[in-house]
Amino acid sequence: MAEEEAARHGGHVSAVHLKLGALSGVLKEALLSSYEMACHDTPLAGSRLVVEEVPVVVFCPQCQAQRGLTSMQWFCCPECGTPASEVLQGKELEVVALEIQE
Amino acid sequence: MIPEPRLVEVRKNVLKANDVVARSLREKFRAAGVLVVSLVSSPGSGKTAFLEKTLAQLRSRFQVAALVGDLATENDAIRLARSGARVQQIVTGTVCHLEAAMVERALEGWNLDDLDILFIENVGNLVCPSSYDLGENLRIVLISVTEGEDKPLKYPTIFNSADVAIITKMDLAAAVEFDYPTAYGNIQAVRPNMQVFQLSSKTGAGMEGYFEFLSARVSELRGTTAA
Repeated sequence: MAEEEAARHGGHVSAVHLKLGALSGVLKEALLSSYEMACHDTPLAGSRLVVEEVPVVVFCPQCQAQRGLTSMQWFCCPECGTPASEVLQGKELEVVALEIQE
Repeated sequence: MIPEPRLVEVRKNVLKANDVVARSLREKFRAAGVLVVSLVSSPGSGKTAFLEKTLAQLRSRFQVAALVGDLATENDAIRLARSGARVQQIVTGTVCHLEAAMVERALEGWNLDDLDILFIENVGNLVCPSSYDLGENLRIVLISVTEGEDKPLKYPTIFNSADVAIITKMDLAAAVEFDYPTAYGNIQAVRPNMQVFQLSSKTGAGMEGYFEFLSARVSELRGTTAA
């Protein structure tokens, strides 16, 4: 993907922007430390990984509104305390953008 | 002067390759009318003993089969095959979880139309399996009474990704002073409204309620497939 985009835009990829949800099952620190190793000897060698952490957002059935969780150990609406199982955001593990250096 | 880097939007799911295979598996399972149930838990929580009993007892009611993932050895498949059900081991080598492509490979040559329920026992691990969709209808997370009541709080991601929780080794509950209300509360805290079963694979206590639950899901699935 990086090679395709770099070729299309003429240049090389200098950074990869990633969205990382708190419920993705992946840890930011682990990703950052393995990124450099994984990029070794590839067109991405020397590029940066920019991680944007995405908090968990649930839908509160009582308030009929989106609410950010205050704790991963408490899937309840922080306003009214109603249990909220519908996760709207927080499972992302997604490459959102590439920085291309010309 | 170095020009400013250009930002190119791409939006690509990192696990897309797995999701694509999982989606095609789910479609295959749906077309064959087979209920697919995956089991996740930490090592030693009793997945294999539980599956052994499940296969042996459900065989008189349904056509059942199992895939079982482990880093090494075929021991679990040998244990499970004693039930007489079709069982296939998936040896993952160094991989700590099952991926959809492994399931797809293991099922090559199977006629899914003959099956009512397919169980997939994941590698014992409460972290990585949460990120990989296997195309299952139902993900069951197991926790044994010997592990402590706070497991759900320590691993909220896997509990949140599961549909049902089963507390195993209930025959040992008194010996380890297992506090069910606390464990139940912790499960509900990380996954509100999750159905919880308590049972003992050893004594069989509580198994019937879980079998009835599975039977209802099979009927439900057949209803939608026929329609």
